[in-house]
Amino acid sequence: MNYDLKEVCKDIRCDTVACIGHLGVGHIGGCLSVVEALAVLYFKEMNIDPKRPQMAGRDRFICSKGHAGPAVYATLANRGYFDKKELLTLNQGGTNLPSHCDMNRTVGIDMTTGSLGQGFSCAVGVALGSKLEKDGATIYTLIGDGESQEGQIWEAAMFAAAKKLDNLIAFTDYNKLQIDGTVAEVNDIAPLAEKWAAFGWNVIEVEDGNDVEQVEKAVEHAKLGRDSGKPTMIILNTLKGCGVQWIVDLGAGNHNSNISEEQAAAAIREIRGED
Amino acid sequence: MEMRAVYAACLAEMMEKDKHVCIVDADLGKASGTLSLRAKFPEQSFDCGVAEQNMASIAAGLSSYGFKPWIETFTPFATRRICDQIAISISYAKRNVKIVGTDPGISAELNGGTHMSMEDIGVLRSIPGMVIFEPVDEIQLRAAMPVLNEYDGPVYVRLFRKQSPVVFGEDYKFDLFKADTIKTGKDLTIFVSGMLTADAVTAGQQLAAEGIDAEIINVHTIKPIDRETVIASARKTGAVLTVENHNVIGGLHSAVLEALAEEKIPVCAVGVQDRFGEVGKLPYLREAMGLTVENIVKTAKKAVSLK
Repeated sequence: MNYDLKEVCKDIRCDTVACIGHLGVGHIGGCLSVVEALAVLYFKEMNIDPKRPQMAGRDRFICSKGHAGPAVYATLANRGYFDKKELLTLNQGGTNLPSHCDMNRTVGIDMTTGSLGQGFSCAVGVALGSKLEKDGATIYTLIGDGESQEGQIWEAAMFAAAKKLDNLIAFTDYNKLQIDGTVAEVNDIAPLAEKWAAFGWNVIEVEDGNDVEQVEKAVEHAKLGRDSGKPTMIILNTLKGCGVQWIVDLGAGNHNSNISEEQAAAAIREIRGED
Repeated sequence: MEMRAVYAACLAEMMEKDKHVCIVDADLGKASGTLSLRAKFPEQSFDCGVAEQNMASIAAGLSSYGFKPWIETFTPFATRRICDQIAISISYAKRNVKIVGTDPGISAELNGGTHMSMEDIGVLRSIPGMVIFEPVDEIQLRAAMPVLNEYDGPVYVRLFRKQSPVVFGEDYKFDLFKADTIKTGKDLTIFVSGMLTADAVTAGQQLAAEGIDAEIINVHTIKPIDRETVIASARKTGAVLTVENHNVIGGLHSAVLEALAEEKIPVCAVGVQDRFGEVGKLPYLREAMGLTVENIVKTAKKAVSLK
């Protein structure tokens, strides 16, 4: 089935804003910056079946920046893994949708993440497992730019290249902001592409990681590296809070911010282009 | 046989039978005794290099793909260094990963204070879902390995690497969740774990010569502790001594105290007195830390006197 990815992105954005708005607070900025990547993976590229979430040989996505959980849940719900009504239970006591991804609670989540750096290592382990099983799966993972300050990221980067895990395609959500300020001010990770290349990875830079067509092309390009003997890093230059101007304007303050139901409703109108 | 040789031989048997059993280590295959398995099982052996955090999370990822990884390194790096990876990637995520820490406590000897974990059990005992197992001798380890492999969840194996005095007989039967009564007695109970078990047995003989009939129980699984056996024995004898190659805070002593919290029974301790390790050979370190037969006998008498 062919989806209109631009519409899909709007749906994911609106549902992400709605569930965080319903709760009143959440990691809104870093959810909105990764929507295009999620849409391309779940609605075009990944070999998955929402009716068989544990299907053998399926492609997997591991959201190492686990705080983007709400955007992943909105994606899974739109893709049919579970009822969209469940999104409003986000972070309520007893929910199956906790702020950070949990493989034991949420249908469609392939790894528990949230302690930064670990999910990426786990994804490398999953890619190794897939290679050993020779099941042909592609393993996708997403890390944050702030997360890239974790030493474990680079331990795993080195290992993935050494083991020639060319079935692994990673994304960096390079939105240039983290909790305490800009990434450049806090502890600069630049030059990022050069770092990944030096670690033995194929590197693809996407000028606008919130342009779904650019992301789509990058993933298609990355897939060509399947037999290159190298894992691939797609660096997505993104906008934290993308789609809702006042959230973007909060800057680093949008990492985990308050949002009322009224603000959410207005944000949804803005995303839909109704204002 | 050295304990690491038994460990490696058991792993080899399991890897032969099941291609999903694998080793993920961090540049200590030689020290752990598993280096020779790499050539035999190249698709089941992975060296992460000196990167323990990655080792733990890679194993969690492999586990999500149906593999049964065993990670291994020296005890301090298998626990305190990767505490968060064990807590989140492994235990919180309910991953079936076995964590092997070698050279516990004073057995790190010449590697000294940096490599001498007195706190590893304490660090891991407070993480929900962890099973903590410390073998006594090659017979117990051999019996335990297939049971650990079958157990679907994280287990920390606190492994003395070298030759350990044999305590158990060839007819030994292992139950992961039941403590082993080595000798029954009526005057006090000595709960002991790991490499000091043979010393507790020797101390029991000396106590017997002085008219004190000690019950000696090996607590090979410190978490979850076998509360039933601990409470029943403590009630029977009315006095307790714990003996461990670990800080008296957080390890066997703490676990026994917690089990006996509602009992009015004295509980004395032989263990490391809340201090770091230091370099030295075992005889020196035993004296320095008070982990001697003489101190077990002395402290056992104190426990009896407190009844």
